Parts: sequence; structure tokens; C-alpha cells
Amino acid sequence: MKTVLSVNNLSFSYGAAEAFSGVSFVINEGDYVALAGPNGAGKTTLIKVILGLEKKKSGSVEIFGEDSGRFLNWSKIGYLPQRVNVFNPLFPATAEEVVGLGLLSKKKYPKMFNKDDKNKIQETLKFLNIKNLKDRLASELSGGQQQRVFLARALVSEPELLILDEPSTALDQAAREYFFELVKKLNKERRMTVIIITHDTSQIGEYADKLLFLDKEVVFFGLFNECCKSEEMKKYFGHFSNHLFYHK
Amino acid sequence: MSWFYFLNYQFVERAYLAGSFIAVLCAVLGLFLVLRKLSLIGDGLSHVSFGAIALGLFFGMYPFYVALPVTVLASFLILKLAEKAKMYGDAAIGIVSSMGVALGVILASLSRGFNVDLFSYLFGNILAISNQEVYLSVGLSVLVLAAIVFLYNDFFSATFDEEYARISGVRTDLINLALVFMTAITVVLAVKVVGVMLVSALLILPAVTALQIARGFKEAIAAAAIISVFSVLAGITFSFYGDLPAGATIVLINFAIFILFFLLRRRK
Repeated sequence: MKTVLSVNNLSFSYGAAEAFSGVSFVINEGDYVALAGPNGAGKTTLIKVILGLEKKKSGSVEIFGEDSGRFLNWSKIGYLPQRVNVFNPLFPATAEEVVGLGLLSKKKYPKMFNKDDKNKIQETLKFLNIKNLKDRLASELSGGQQQRVFLARALVSEPELLILDEPSTALDQAAREYFFELVKKLNKERRMTVIIITHDTSQIGEYADKLLFLDKEVVFFGLFNECCKSEEMKKYFGHFSNHLFYHK
Repeated sequence: MSWFYFLNYQFVERAYLAGSFIAVLCAVLGLFLVLRKLSLIGDGLSHVSFGAIALGLFFGMYPFYVALPVTVLASFLILKLAEKAKMYGDAAIGIVSSMGVALGVILASLSRGFNVDLFSYLFGNILAISNQEVYLSVGLSVLVLAAIVFLYNDFFSATFDEEYARISGVRTDLINLALVFMTAITVVLAVKVVGVMLVSALLILPAVTALQIARGFKEAIAAAAIISVFSVLAGITFSFYGDLPAGATIVLINFAIFILFFLLRRRK
């Protein structure tokens, strides 16, 4: 099985404040991993270090078998950041223009979009059922619509690894279920590897296969249905840990 | 005599030509600067150009040739200060711009001979632009605009969401450097049109006016460029007929257009 992401003894700190340390895990092709943990556990920071947005303190990260420092094939990764609606509300970008940004990692200078790129953007908008929003300004869309536009930006390059940071925050229950079903479909039908950061541990076990529970270090990493039996989780949560995570 | 007799004057033709190119440049760059909350970098760099022009006059050199490299260097200094000296960008702009003004004032005081020349740069005079300055302005404008077209998607991406741009393979550090480098060149060119005191208006007003009406980023660029060129051409024309200072007239027309579009948007 192809290894998509290999993290070995990774540590990071903001000055003297340690965000996480000694984090190791391996994610294989087709895995659907929920990255959970309490507030301040280092979940988002871990993803940012993996993506090279923050500089690691020590350890190593390999993405698709290549050291993250030398990794350039960013079109293989789709990323949906946390709180997408914090972008500048004055920015007059249409949904179509925002989705197009996801193709830049594939382009060579002068990075102009050709007919194929434009078709790809239209197909992705159609796939996510948001073609009717293409000429609307991103800042004028609802939280759920913005979420789908930014998911389209993450998917348009047809990535092999999809990383979603708290994607359900701005969504109501119906939109949340639709969103999780969609991601599951991508995982099953396109064999897209998925890492989803979530605090919603009651629902994510319906969809994800593996759990990476982080609290400044890895508390548990393995199949969802094994987490209840895990001694580490019992030690962390007490004997009621099996009631905290829903799984299939 | 025809109403358009002023078009027969070569100095008006030169002003129209150079003014139009500089207007497009200011509008396009201004949009990126406004959206990145860097509007005041133009103001800061124009103050640096004041000091650099004084330096050129002090040593008897052509001020344009001194202002260009000094202002470009100052733009890098602002970036580096903000990056390395534990301060926000606006503080770095404030430091570098006040150094520029201080240098200009000291040199003006020491020389006692070029104060009139120096102060003419404070308010600019596009109608006094020379052939040599027109060639330089048009040439540099075309070069900078070509660079913006070449890097358009990188600029767009880094302005919209810098973090995402980085994982799309965009070298945002280099893009930021290119942006301030181009701004420095544009500021020096725009000093001739509206003067040191009003350069930031030429960078900010067309951009914020376009943002009132645009329904997409490319539309915003086109709108800002059209508004900017219109206000420069109208400003030159009004200043010719009314015997008014061209720079201030251009800025007031720009402001009037902004108010118009602002009110139109509010009525919707």
C-alpha cells in the first residue's frame, strides 16, 4: 500500500511554548483519518507544520515519499483551511475566480488558464452543485456556500490527499451531513486519502476509518473501532472513553 | 478658436500620454495595495522620494535618477524592518518615510539654493513633463504592467489568501518583494503627476472607487484603470482651462468620482 504521509518524531513550539512533540504516524493511500483532540492540542498547528506553513522544531515529514522541505507537487494536496470566511470581505473575487486558485499549483509561468483549466473549474463547480454561484462574490455567500466554494478550490486540482480543517464549523446539521457524505464519496469512489480535523467526535466516526487523537502528543492512532479498547484512551479519558466516540 | 485648441500644445500631449500610463499603473498596483492593507506604503515611499529628490538636487544630479534607486532601496528597507525588527508594517513605513522627509529638509536647509525646485516636486506638475521623462514614464509603466500581467495569478492568490498561496507553490516572499519594488517605481513616476503630497491618493482612490462597484477581481482592475485614466485626463484638462494646479485637480476629480460611486452603491 502506498504511503501518503509519514510523520516521524515531529515537534514544534511557539518560542518557549511547546505546541506538540514526538508526533509519529503513517497515513496510507485511501485512509480516512479523523484528527481530534481538545482545544489547544496542536491539531491545526500539526497540519500547518506538515504543509510547511510553520517551521518544525525537529523530526521529519515525508509527503508522497518525499521530504516535505523538497516537496513541490502541491497539486497532489487539497487543503480546506479553518474558518474560510475570515478572508477580506472587501475582496471582489467571484466564486469562479476563487476556485481557479486551486489550479495554480499545476501551472507554469505565466500561469494563465487555458480552456482545459476553465472546463475543470466548471466541472468542479457542477460536482459540488454550486455552478449557479460562479459569478457571485465569495464575500456575499452564506457560510455553507463559502465552504463549498473553498472545497471546490481544494478539489479542482484532483488531489490525492485532502486535508480539511474543522470543515463543519459554519454548517447547520443538514449541510454538515451533506458535506461529510460528499467527502466519504470522494474517499470511496476516487480513493482520495482524507485527513479531517474535527472536534465533532460524536459524528465523524460514522465516516472516518481511523482516529488520530492528539493532545500535544499522540494519545491514540488506529482504527476507530479500536479506540474504545485502547489503554491509552482509557488512561486519558477514564473508563467512560468508549462513550465519547461514535463509530460504525 | 476651437474648444480643443489645447490639444495642439505638445506639453499637453506629453502630459496626457505619460499621465495615462502612470494612471493605469497606479490603479492596478493600488488595488493590490489596498486589498493587502498596504495603502499607506505609497505615502511613505513618496516621502522617501522627497528626500531622494533633495539628494539629487544637492549633488546637481537629475532628481529622477536618484529618486528611483533610493526609493526602491527604501521599499526593501520597509520590508526588512517589518520582518526582522519586531514591528508592524505601518511602524516600518512611518520610520522610513520620516527619515526621507528629514533628509530632504536638512539638505534643503544646507543648500539654500534649490528650495524652489524641491518644493515644486511636493505638488508635482505633469504639464511640465519633459520628452525624456515621458519616455522613461511610458517605458517603466509598460515594464511594470507587463510584470504584473506575468505574475497576475500569483499576486491575486497572495492577496486573497497568503497561506493558501504558499501551499499552491507561490513564493509569497518574492511576490511581496516584487509588489513593494513595483510600488517604489510607480511612486517615483507618480510624483511627477501629482507631487509627493498627493501620490497616495492616485494609488488609493481609483482602487477604492472600483471596489464600490466591481463584481469580480478582473472587473475591479478594469474599473480602477478606467477611473484613474479618466481623472488624470480630466484633471489635466480642467487645470489647463482653469489655471489650476494639475495634481490637486486630478485628486479632487478622483475624490468626486469616489463619492459618486459610494452614494450610488448606498442607494442600491
